[in-house]
Amino acid sequence: MKSGYFPGCTLKTNAKNFEDSAMQVMEVLGQPLEEMENWLCCGTVFSMTTDDLMLQLSSIRNLLRAENQGYDELITLCSMCYNTLKRAKEFILNDEENLRKVNDFMYKEESKFKGTTDVVHLLSILKDRITFDKIKNKVTKPLTDLKIGAYYGCLLLRPKELAIDDYEDPSVMEELVDTLGGEGIVFPYRLECCGAYQTVIEKDVTIKRTFEIINSARNAGCEALITSCPLCTFNLDQRQKETSEEFLEFSTMPIFYFTELMALALGIKWNKDWTKLHYVNPEPFLKENGLI
Amino acid sequence: MNKIGVFVCHCGDNIAGTVDVERVAKEIAKYDGVAHSVDYTFMCSEPGQKMIKDAITEKKLDGVIVASCTPTMHEGTFRKAAASAGLNPYQCEIANIREQCSWVHSDKEKGTQKAILIIKSMIEKLKMNESLYPVSMPTNKNVLVIGAGIAGIQAALDIAEAGHKVFLVEKRPYIGGHMIQLSVTFPTLDCSQCILTPKMVQVDQDENIELFVNSEVESIDGAVGNFKIKIKRKAQYINPDICTGCGDCVDTCPVLVPDEYEEGLSYRKAVYMSFPQVIPYTYTLDIDNCLGLDPIACGKCKDACKENAINYDLRDEIIEKTVGAVIVATGYDQYPMENIGEYGYGKYPDVVSGLQFERLIFAVGPSGGKMLRPSDGKPVKEIAFIQCAGSRDPERHLSHCSKICCMYTAKQAKLFKTKVPDGQAYIYYIDIRAAGKDYEEFLQKAQSDQRLIYIRGKVSRIYKENDKMAISAFDTLSGKKIDAKVDMVVLALGLVPSFGTAELARKFNLSVGTSGFLSEAHPKLRPVESVNSGFFLAGTCLGPKDIPETVAQASGAASKALSLLAHDSVEKSPIIVQVDAEKCDGCGKCAEECIFDAITIDTIQNIAVIDEMKCKGCAYCIPECPHGAIEQKNLSDLQIYNMINAILTKGKKTETFEPKIICFLSEIGPYQAADLAGTGRMEYRPNAFIIKVLSISMLNENHILYALKHGADGVLISGSHPGESPYPGACLKAKERIDLIKSKVKNAGLDPNRIRLEWYAGRQAKGLATYVDNFVEYLKMTGPVVSANWKSLN
Repeated sequence: MKSGYFPGCTLKTNAKNFEDSAMQVMEVLGQPLEEMENWLCCGTVFSMTTDDLMLQLSSIRNLLRAENQGYDELITLCSMCYNTLKRAKEFILNDEENLRKVNDFMYKEESKFKGTTDVVHLLSILKDRITFDKIKNKVTKPLTDLKIGAYYGCLLLRPKELAIDDYEDPSVMEELVDTLGGEGIVFPYRLECCGAYQTVIEKDVTIKRTFEIINSARNAGCEALITSCPLCTFNLDQRQKETSEEFLEFSTMPIFYFTELMALALGIKWNKDWTKLHYVNPEPFLKENGLI
Repeated sequence: MNKIGVFVCHCGDNIAGTVDVERVAKEIAKYDGVAHSVDYTFMCSEPGQKMIKDAITEKKLDGVIVASCTPTMHEGTFRKAAASAGLNPYQCEIANIREQCSWVHSDKEKGTQKAILIIKSMIEKLKMNESLYPVSMPTNKNVLVIGAGIAGIQAALDIAEAGHKVFLVEKRPYIGGHMIQLSVTFPTLDCSQCILTPKMVQVDQDENIELFVNSEVESIDGAVGNFKIKIKRKAQYINPDICTGCGDCVDTCPVLVPDEYEEGLSYRKAVYMSFPQVIPYTYTLDIDNCLGLDPIACGKCKDACKENAINYDLRDEIIEKTVGAVIVATGYDQYPMENIGEYGYGKYPDVVSGLQFERLIFAVGPSGGKMLRPSDGKPVKEIAFIQCAGSRDPERHLSHCSKICCMYTAKQAKLFKTKVPDGQAYIYYIDIRAAGKDYEEFLQKAQSDQRLIYIRGKVSRIYKENDKMAISAFDTLSGKKIDAKVDMVVLALGLVPSFGTAELARKFNLSVGTSGFLSEAHPKLRPVESVNSGFFLAGTCLGPKDIPETVAQASGAASKALSLLAHDSVEKSPIIVQVDAEKCDGCGKCAEECIFDAITIDTIQNIAVIDEMKCKGCAYCIPECPHGAIEQKNLSDLQIYNMINAILTKGKKTETFEPKIICFLSEIGPYQAADLAGTGRMEYRPNAFIIKVLSISMLNENHILYALKHGADGVLISGSHPGESPYPGACLKAKERIDLIKSKVKNAGLDPNRIRLEWYAGRQAKGLATYVDNFVEYLKMTGPVVSANWKSLN
């Protein structure tokens, strides 16, 4: 089984902390991530809003190149990349006409797209292949007594065909928190949309969502949240600035990529560069809980 | 020398519109063996039938073909007409040129040619038909009723009233089904127990009704008019004749089990009485949860019983009876809320089902009739009712509408407001269905009198917030998202056939339709009969319905059963198998394989003997016989070959290659699907010719190879899905046989994909039509059968 890693654009820029922490975590777990070559933007979910085949080309080229590089599967960290690549693949493969057209158009590529590379999210690898038991054994700095909420957002669970867990009642991220020694808290708004691209056109919508989601988490007892999506993180973290301005009683909550907390639990040192990419400074929370 | 009369029906425009019926009649007149060939507008009409009778008499016809609609419609009509003119009814055959020709092909030339070939094939079959006479047996006048809910109770009472003995079998320890759990019934708000208990008492006291509770029907053998049944009754540890219902045993029992009657809202002991008005009036011992009958394990209840009604030394019994008819009234259950993730997968105690609400509002139910939250016993002030919970959701749950939920939700909300006048009731709905008598008026009145708040929108999620249940929904009429916080949520869960129905259907070969409900013989015109002779169906086992409909169906089924039993003997179809004494050597292979135990071997004469009453004519034995000694009456090998030859007669040479497919379709399942394709006017290519068989298990390699050798380009064999077939094991054996034939054919240089085996249910018309088109495409690409090593296939 040859596994490749597909970073996607944001993981190299605004979400570099996500990639860095994940890379180090996977080293410790003995399954280092091997980045595929020559990858492109996946299409960021927006490409799936239309049947236009042109918009799917980006995703398909990525998968085709992965095929040619001999990868049986591509691991993604970003929920959006996971969702887009997987859906684009099914959309093209399920229609003979689409497949033919796309292959004819991409005549300059090395070979024809066959769809033999699977798209899989890191959480599935952690749970099913590495297993939480093995991860537990490698925890050196358990997140004892920390109440962490898991925010799934939409893209890991919808549409139901690619859901990584039960789409009404998932538990994989809470189980991960428990494995790391913390307490995974289920809060009602963990599956509610963060507002996604509304953050660009109708900022008010996302501000309201951020307010509701974080308050829901806080009411359930959460001290921090973990996510798996740079857009969700942008809305839940960066937009806390506007949320605080809009809702004067709102108090902030640190938002982490799940790999950041995994890194700490596995004994990896916190990187100051990661702090720079957070809006809500996570260091006070980490310091007072003895994690840094 | 045959003298066959052929009558080609126009069926108004239905056939004549796409088939040149006059030309057909003229062509057929020239065919060998045809003495009379005419066309007419409506053959099934009085004058049409008279034409047949007159022709038989005047021309002394020895056989009649009516080329018309599907035999399922009028075979009976025409056979009766022929019989009244003195012709044996089995010398009358129907050529299906409507559902399977005129209605599915639009090219008039091709349709006409196909109709001619269909008629020719039926003529060839008819030429070798024997005159057959139905077998008769005296009818047993008893009736078995399975299920003692309101449907079973009503049916049993009706039949007992007519003077027949009824065996009423119920799996629970009490009769009354779900209706006895209800508080009041819409729209009259009659107390459910008040109207049902008198009927229950009647059942108990009626001399003609023998009641078996804690029982299930183990097996039903035999045929209509003479079913041999075995009833398995669980050990009656507590003797109902001695038990006085004093209840001393209950106090001593240490076991607590969720109470099924109370829908799990409270507990009962292992020795228990479900409710004080149970019929039969006795305590019951739940052996599965009892600690043990051994005095070392427990034995407390036995000691406590002053009347000595408890005996641990009893065992389950099998009771054998004979009946003439069976009524199935096995009822419904609610769709499990554990399947619905957005409503919490059943893990919130304050989210209850419709039936649970009935128990909660019931005056002497688990909460004493008070509206209290199951989680903490606090009073319910705000309540939400969610309609269509699981219903009308083909993607994930049930596709059907459960019919009664809109009404009972309105009833429940009304009852709630009456109990809690300062409370608030929200009803989330998609549509409101109040179609019955006085239903709409009831609902409007309830809504306005009780100020019920109806919100049109599906609830997307329920979750717990602090100690309230939070509901996320979208109000489609105002276009806004609505969040509510309530104390209790009632889910109007969809109705499904009672758990165990699928197994029962399999055991007794009853066909099953959408969502697993039992299938009636015809959805419009035969709503309470099964296709299986002697079986009648009533109540919610057929589909969701309210109490008035259930009672009507119960009486309907009873009446049908009584009509059957009004005859002192019952006639059975003579289309069974027969043994050629010359070829049979008594090896017994057929008797071993017969799934209906209809064959015995006479060891003195060394010959297989067919039991005419038991034999269903499935002809599974035919390919099993190593000597080819068994044939089906009026569908012998030679008849099949002649039919195939007639179909494959070379017509005018066409420009492009037009493949011909011979389709062997079993009567139940694919033949019905082909008819349904006709009714639905689903067009498909006219290259397929259908030969109806009772069961595909009669086919062996000779039939298939004959077709391919003599001009067929493909052979399609189709039976109903093994799970739904009346002969399930036979289907799978047929698959084995055909797989073997395919591999043999491959070795002989012939493309095995010319032979196809598919399963189709009667409802899968579109699937079958599409399959035929795809098969024709494939054969067009593959080309005609050119050559093969036929010698190696003998």
